[in-house]
Amino acid sequence: MEENRLYTIIVHSENFSGILNQVAAVFTRLQVNIESLNVSASSMKNVHKFTISCKTTAKNIEKILKQINKKLDVINASCYTDDEIFQSEIALFKISTDEFQNWVDTSRLLRGYNTHIVEVTPEYLVVELAGSGEAIDSLYKELDRIKCVRQFVRSGKIAVTASPLEKVNDLLDKRRKRYNIGPQ
Amino acid sequence: MDTENKEMMTGSQALLNALVREGVDTIFGYPGGAIIPVYDALADFSDEIRHILVRHEQGAAHAAEGYARASGKPGVCLVTGGPGATNTLTGIADAMLDSTPIVVIAGQISTEMIGTDAFQEVDFTCVTQPICKWSYQISSPDEICWAVARAFFVARSGRPGPVVLSITKNAQVGMTSFAHEKVNYIRSYDYDPEIDITRIREAAAAINAARRPFVLAGQGIELGNAQEEFRAFVEKGNLPFGSTLLGLSVMPSSHPLNKGMLGMHGNLCNNVKTNECDVLIAVGMRFDDRVTGNVATYARQAKVIHLDIDPSELGKNVHVDIPVLGDCKKTLAMLTERLVKTDRTEWGDSFRKYQEEEYEKVISKELHPAGGPLRMGEVADAVSRATGHNAILVTDVGQNQMIAARYFNFTQKRSIITSGGMGTMGYAVPAGIGASYACPDRTVCVFMGDGGLQMTVEEFGTIMEHRIPLKMILLNNNYLGNVRQWQELFYNGRYSFTRMTNPDFQILASAYGIPSRRVIDRKELPDAVREMLETDGPFFLEACVEEEENVMPMTPPGSSIDDMLLEC
Repeated sequence: MEENRLYTIIVHSENFSGILNQVAAVFTRLQVNIESLNVSASSMKNVHKFTISCKTTAKNIEKILKQINKKLDVINASCYTDDEIFQSEIALFKISTDEFQNWVDTSRLLRGYNTHIVEVTPEYLVVELAGSGEAIDSLYKELDRIKCVRQFVRSGKIAVTASPLEKVNDLLDKRRKRYNIGPQ
Repeated sequence: MDTENKEMMTGSQALLNALVREGVDTIFGYPGGAIIPVYDALADFSDEIRHILVRHEQGAAHAAEGYARASGKPGVCLVTGGPGATNTLTGIADAMLDSTPIVVIAGQISTEMIGTDAFQEVDFTCVTQPICKWSYQISSPDEICWAVARAFFVARSGRPGPVVLSITKNAQVGMTSFAHEKVNYIRSYDYDPEIDITRIREAAAAINAARRPFVLAGQGIELGNAQEEFRAFVEKGNLPFGSTLLGLSVMPSSHPLNKGMLGMHGNLCNNVKTNECDVLIAVGMRFDDRVTGNVATYARQAKVIHLDIDPSELGKNVHVDIPVLGDCKKTLAMLTERLVKTDRTEWGDSFRKYQEEEYEKVISKELHPAGGPLRMGEVADAVSRATGHNAILVTDVGQNQMIAARYFNFTQKRSIITSGGMGTMGYAVPAGIGASYACPDRTVCVFMGDGGLQMTVEEFGTIMEHRIPLKMILLNNNYLGNVRQWQELFYNGRYSFTRMTNPDFQILASAYGIPSRRVIDRKELPDAVREMLETDGPFFLEACVEEEENVMPMTPPGSSIDDMLLEC
């Protein structure tokens, strides 16, 4: 049995309704769970960017990429290993004020993780942490140990490529030239 | 933009005008509540568009497929929403697997009703997205021209395929200014991929160095209209080739380099030589499991070159040493230019031993049986000969398909229409209707079994109404023959639910006013075939064939492709 690994896929697509569904359906077909998914506007007009992470085999990831790329309104889908991208995630922790105050080393803990306090009320405080997935996991464990976390949410990974080349821009420019289409 | 382009009209009129601009002259369809406005407008388009009223929407989708496969133009199918739309799903999925360009236009309830579970509401766009090339819901009349132009471009360009347009009722009745402009570029869609000259050089060098090259011809050659380029390629290199089921009419059957069909029920020599060749060159085919058998033992000794327009096909099923991405009309020409004319007579002749073995053990018994009931192969052979091998062959799925594919011969391109990837029973009669409209000057022969015929037999009504000159040949063995064969060979002969009690098919044909004849005795076969072909309009020929005939040779499922059974 081939081993599962964590992959990060970056997809650029047109901004039509239903594309998320089509991209997700590729994972459903191969019965691969999406670990995290982020969809947002990109730096290009009317182009959406998906950052998807999933655990699967090398063979499956190749199929997934080819099938996503085959979708008509997908501009490009590529897969990256951790050293080829800069990645980050954001998490919000809603923490019970009472229990938090009962613990002595709280502020040192929050400062250590470089968190940002978003809101403070007598009942709870909201703490934000942006960083690596590992840092978020670790802070969650420490806070959970003192049983003060009321709510917890994380954004899913977002990533930019480490390469100096802007692959999607270049691809679209080259394609326009190849099909004799004038500049955008 | 000319003044005509700014005319105000309803969405329905805009839709039909846009179809005319895209070259549509034939539509297969069935009206219903959510598409009535388009049908109302269609009454004014009788000079430009011929509408064929089918008897079931699945028939409309398959007819559009048959039309597309025979003509090379997208086939068009017009249906209502809800059940009318979902009835086309089998045809859409079939067209996706066989790269058939069809455009399915389905009605949809009004935009403001969507999401309320209104009468006949189905989210057709969502349902069809995984099984078509592009699916889009038109929610405003102003989107119609853009969506139609895009749909036709997508269906016919690149690797062709089905496109679905759902059109809401408010888009059909609302007013819009007609502004149709052809689409020839979509930035996210690389329909004519750039050819890597390095790969061409590598492939040409490998072929020139090959002592035992073997070529696999696929439907991509027909889709890419590259039949002449393919001929030049194989002739210059003296390259023997075998064809996939869908690629059988790429070159005339009688061409000396043509070694017949590949795969599970293909010709023995091809499957043996696949595992003996030193270079395997696949053109516009996708290494389906029915072609490869067990991939672990498939052509392991060979350097594999694969020409395809779809990057997702390269390396998908078998390891490819030299992938050549691009339109095969171009890549074949570029390769031919670099080929050195080579005499490979000895290698070509080495196929003969296996052809003779197959002839002796399989073909002679099929075509010239000593006695007993009619064999399916002799019927297919008789029909093919009587048409001068010039007919279009349309088959259903199962034994009738494999036998017809094996024993029918071809002289013209685009002459085999069959459901390859999906294996859709019930395909033949409606697909034959479509082929007949695409090529009114050619004889269209439909081969089917008693199972498949009864899946879409309602289209006899369409044939009756339009006097469609289909020559239908039923190979009746009173079994679901292909499954029965597997049960006999691999399931200890337990015929679980494969025996069929059938109606009197001649009475059925006569109810639809279709002349028919039943053949039991082989002496009557030539005269029956003659009568069928000489009769104007449709004809139904029922051949009562040996009930438990097996299609041979056969590679058992999971076996190495060259490990063929010749007798059982």
